Amino acid sequence: MTVPGSLAPVFEPGFFSSSPVHVALIVGGVVAVVSGVVGTFTVMRGQAFAGHSLADIGTAGGSAAFLVGISPLYGFVTMNLIAAGAMELIGIRRPRGRDLATGIVLGAALGLAALFLYWDTTSSSTTGATINVLFGSIFELPSSLVPVIAVFSVVATGIVLVLYRPLLLSSLSPDLAATRGVPVRLVGIGYLIALAVAVSLSAVTIGAILSTALLIGPAAAALRLTKRAPLAMAIAAGVGVAATWLGILLAYDSYDWPPRHQGWPVSFFVVTLVFAFYIVIHLSVRRAGGHRPNPVSAGAA
Amino acid sequence: MFSGFMVNAWEAATIVAVVAGVVGFFTVLRGSAFAAHALPNGAFAGAAGASLVGVNVIIGLGVFALLGALTIAGLGRRARQDVATALAIVMMLGLGALFLSMTTEYAPEIYSLLFGEVLGVSSNELLPTAGIGMVCIGVVFLLYRPLLLSSVMPDAAEARGVKGRQMDLAFLILIALATTMAVPVVGSLLIFSLLIGPPAAARSFTNKPLHAMGLSVGFALGTVWAAIALSFTSNLPIGFFVGAISACSYAAGRGWAAWRRTRPLPPTLPAGFLPV
Repeated sequence: MTVPGSLAPVFEPGFFSSSPVHVALIVGGVVAVVSGVVGTFTVMRGQAFAGHSLADIGTAGGSAAFLVGISPLYGFVTMNLIAAGAMELIGIRRPRGRDLATGIVLGAALGLAALFLYWDTTSSSTTGATINVLFGSIFELPSSLVPVIAVFSVVATGIVLVLYRPLLLSSLSPDLAATRGVPVRLVGIGYLIALAVAVSLSAVTIGAILSTALLIGPAAAALRLTKRAPLAMAIAAGVGVAATWLGILLAYDSYDWPPRHQGWPVSFFVVTLVFAFYIVIHLSVRRAGGHRPNPVSAGAA
Repeated sequence: MFSGFMVNAWEAATIVAVVAGVVGFFTVLRGSAFAAHALPNGAFAGAAGASLVGVNVIIGLGVFALLGALTIAGLGRRARQDVATALAIVMMLGLGALFLSMTTEYAPEIYSLLFGEVLGVSSNELLPTAGIGMVCIGVVFLLYRPLLLSSVMPDAAEARGVKGRQMDLAFLILIALATTMAVPVVGSLLIFSLLIGPPAAARSFTNKPLHAMGLSVGFALGTVWAAIALSFTSNLPIGFFVGAISACSYAAGRGWAAWRRTRPLPPTLPAGFLPV
């Protein structure tokens, strides 16, 4: 693919012909769409902490998988499903209790991660596991991962779409949903499973930071713009994809930038773009005046 | 176990545990577990930035922890606090990723900043730890009543002229201070476990705030001391023991509370009763 002359300064030579870039664009795009769809409900339900924690908790599974010699992705998914179950089990219905339940599970999982990572580093000489998991390395994804990622993406979005109506109702008003005969707790568990799968997927491919950024940032901004859930999901997915692709492009271009001529990390660019977008929306919605936070997004944290 | 370099470890861990027990009591009461996770984790990026420009790690940690606290408080005024916290932590970690990519000699220190290096505490790290720890305790002492009231009964606190926003900000700065003090000693993940586990367990045993705070400090001290001893004898990372003991003490607290619930309640509620 050739780049038109006027765009040459934007797209450094080789951007469209590099195969790591292709894989990064595809995986990043898929993960951003899944995160936008799932994240809209995460923000609505006030489960940002759970979403972020699952990305960290998965580290314990990932490092354990490394220890027994299977792909970290399976470790992540297994650990996160266990953690989601534990959160649900000890979680108290009120938001404060749920925060605490998440915190306890996160603390215990991080302890396990410390142990497994210690064994990982003593049994072999790789010290990169921690950093890789936290910060991700989108340019180092093998293309064989693409089908696996596709399957998990379909599972996560499928659960959200199948549960769409009861999930929406029970996210907006659990009491109303309960009186209408929606099994609120079951729907909540189903949603937590979708969240666990989506977060494992993004944390293991693009890193825990980006996972949370794409899950929360675009969805939170979208919900400031519109109160209609399908539109918010579409905006969140679109913003996520745009931020990811622009971030990949900037990271690719930054190869010649100071100070070390090694390129700046993708996660930095994507996070900054997402954060900047949220701040712009945050300030402009405030300046428009009279646009008070709706009851969904104004509840106590 | 108590000789030479280990003395520093015992002293530093004791200071951290006392502060974590006190600050953690309010963390659990306010349901601010996410902030207690985000600030230490994000401040770790500040340590990376400090080593990049060549200043003391504590300054980097402090600046980032305070910036994080201000960001959460600022964004949290018009949006949900959990969304504000999530955005603050990813932005700080994004900067951390940038700083780390620019430095060369930093990689081995990351594990210790995340998971703690309590056995390698030097004597000149003890002084700032103790100093900031004293400030934390002092702030809690000064703000004890308004902070308690706004944590337990926000509406009643507003009616009495205690501004919820100001208390939110004061509390976030308190966590930022505790973070700055504790991260170089015990790591950002350990301080989180200590801020949540022992106080959550303590609350299951008593409803009186001062008793719960004392018990919380006691549990935190027990957790850290046991973790150091176990880590010293077994040669396994201290983070594992702190995480495991914290979770177990919380489980014990829940078990005790469940057992108590099967017995009849005392006839009158004690003074200083907190709704649980």
